[in-house]
Amino acid sequence: MKLLSMTVAAVMAASPVMADLVFPSLSYRTGPYAANGIPFADGYEDYFTLLNERDGGIGGVPARVLECETGYNTEKGVECYEATKGEGALVYQPLSTGITYQLIPKATADGIPVHSMGYGRTSAKNGAVFSNIFNYPANYWDGASHAVNHILDVNGGDISGKKIALVYHNSAYGKEPIRTLEELSKKHGYELMLLPVDHPGQEQKSQWLQVRQQRPDYVLMWGWGVMNQVAIQEAANIRYNMENFIGIWWSGSENDVLPAGDGADGYKALTFHNIGSEYPLYDDLQKYVIDAGKAAGAGDQVGTVLYNRGMYAAMLAAEAAKTAQKISGTAEITPAMMRAGMEALEMTEAKMAALGLPNFGPEFSVSCENHGGNGLGAVKQWDASAGAWNLITGYEASDQDVIGPLVEADSAAFAAESGITPGC
Amino acid sequence: MFYREAGDFSTTYSQDSQTFPIKFDRYRYYVVLAIAFGVIPFLINDYWANAVFVPFLIYAIAAIGLNILTGYCGQVSLGTGGFMAVGAYSCYKLMTGFPEISIVIHVILSGGITAAVVTLFGLPSLRIKGFYLAVATLAAQFFLVWLFNKVSWFYNYSASGQISAPERSVFGIIVTGPNTEAWAKYLICLVFVTLCAIIARNLTRGSMGRKWMAIRDMDIAAEIIGVNPMAAKLTAFMVSGFFVGIAGALFFAVYLGAAEVGESFGIDKSFLVLFMIIIGGLGSIFGSFAGAAFMVLLPVFLKNVFVGGLGWPTDLAAHLQFIVSGSLIIMFLIMEPHGLAQLWRLAKEKLRLWPFPH
Repeated sequence: MKLLSMTVAAVMAASPVMADLVFPSLSYRTGPYAANGIPFADGYEDYFTLLNERDGGIGGVPARVLECETGYNTEKGVECYEATKGEGALVYQPLSTGITYQLIPKATADGIPVHSMGYGRTSAKNGAVFSNIFNYPANYWDGASHAVNHILDVNGGDISGKKIALVYHNSAYGKEPIRTLEELSKKHGYELMLLPVDHPGQEQKSQWLQVRQQRPDYVLMWGWGVMNQVAIQEAANIRYNMENFIGIWWSGSENDVLPAGDGADGYKALTFHNIGSEYPLYDDLQKYVIDAGKAAGAGDQVGTVLYNRGMYAAMLAAEAAKTAQKISGTAEITPAMMRAGMEALEMTEAKMAALGLPNFGPEFSVSCENHGGNGLGAVKQWDASAGAWNLITGYEASDQDVIGPLVEADSAAFAAESGITPGC
Repeated sequence: MFYREAGDFSTTYSQDSQTFPIKFDRYRYYVVLAIAFGVIPFLINDYWANAVFVPFLIYAIAAIGLNILTGYCGQVSLGTGGFMAVGAYSCYKLMTGFPEISIVIHVILSGGITAAVVTLFGLPSLRIKGFYLAVATLAAQFFLVWLFNKVSWFYNYSASGQISAPERSVFGIIVTGPNTEAWAKYLICLVFVTLCAIIARNLTRGSMGRKWMAIRDMDIAAEIIGVNPMAAKLTAFMVSGFFVGIAGALFFAVYLGAAEVGESFGIDKSFLVLFMIIIGGLGSIFGSFAGAAFMVLLPVFLKNVFVGGLGWPTDLAAHLQFIVSGSLIIMFLIMEPHGLAQLWRLAKEKLRLWPFPH
């Protein structure tokens, strides 16, 4: 054992410490969630590779992506966090609600920001309590509200007496929207039916049998990894009307709908960024990264929904780093400066167009009180014959009258539990 | 040469029946304790604590617990994950319900609660054996995970079903929560491990342990010579549950800080701890430590070599790590079915004779 620990120490000491901007990527390319983890990790890494190759990094300092495999497992996630934080990690994006919950207290104590983009703890939107946690541009409760709003739109504004089922991953992730959906059911008078699916979600016969028996008018899904594919396949098997089946943004990638073939046609999902690869940035990506043979992973994910999302996450991180460099006046920023940069981040259409991503995401700005952006989201629909997603609505606002007080209450509970005095 | 009984005279009965009868063994044990308590706390950093030492120590307690049940008493259990969850959730409820009471007492009480629950699930063992008992404990595993997911009282009605450990201290030193120093985390686990190992070692050497082993080796024969099978089996479940509960409480409060039952205490935890005692050695306290070290350190070590040392892609490393650990486990089981503890025993036998093997 001694020899073992000495070897580990030697191996760890061998990794060099350079003056660069470190962006750890807690990815998962293995396990039941790999189908969704791989495209995100590829997009995240490729964007930084592009910045390094084309612009020489961010503000002249090269960016280094430190990849660490978590397998969507919280213990490995913690190990990855501890292993990478010493290298000057600027921001963590774990792509897992469970790991985010682990990192919220740890990263706050260490003074490193966490960006849980569209996942994690929803009430982290309240920056007065969650000083180091950001979840812009949208969160789960926004998502729940978008889905209900879409159902309202389809039904001409009246859904009282309708039955809405929520098929969810039985974990912190899947349970997040329940509170909002319950509040919204009081407001709009629909009946909510809860159908938990246990990790990893390979077996959903009983849940879909219940759907078949009780015939909910709409099914919402909070799924991830293999659970998505199975749910969409099961829905197709019982001939559920796909137009009434709406997934959260994590249940709407190509990997989720393709296995069901034509059966998935008409399936809807939410999104907080645009789709496809028709952007000027992709020309640069092709030239500097893909043709140069520097693409991450197998390089076969370019342009998919989750690749775009990984790229979007990297773009927001890079923009926050630029903002931080501007504020602090130095190119080699620290995690504390990065946090300040994220808090002052402002995404405008002009900025995105200049980056080569016009109309890619909604406009939003972050402030100390609001770490969650303005929560805009859109609905997209799968066209199986064309094999493509199409946006069917514009970016719309969520019901802040319901979500605002919930965020307030949940963050106040967290503050009381962990002895934080809220303040900006 | 150095490792032998010669020259080590026992003049009292207690000397004769001590845990380490050979002088060299005894000194080695004191040196290990001295390094663990006196040197490592000064060198440890966050990475070593959170990735290596704290999980190793906590899994060692769980492995000791399971080893008492499976290794010493012969009752196969696949419910370790669920039983650890009982420890974790009782610790959480106690921590949030009685914040003024010391965390040490809460951890011990969680062990007690788990002991009661495990004894309850041990009742079928009086009627069923072997594989059938394994299936019954498997049911306990799924039932407990379902229970902690379903009944929101257990997680204080939080929206996400996550439990998170509030900050608690021992003698003014913070041991749970995000502001814990690495050495404090390590030391509290070490104290619990040391105490648990000493208690377990002495229980298994005493009349209780002999009864367990009699039941394990042949329960009918044991009954004929006067061992009460009900008392022996249920005490094994109880003692095992106590240790597993302590491990679960520490796992949640000190190591993870926030936990979710399906993820942190799922069926794979049960198998992990079972693998630890099989690889370490059934019916051996040292084996529990060796198995825990093997299962915790090997993945971290391989990952550091493959990704940190050789710079391979992380997915390749993760897959290779499965292959290497898997084949090592198979190799061990073929070459030494009695585990690392047996290798250690053989090494000691050889050392006694060395350098004159004949």
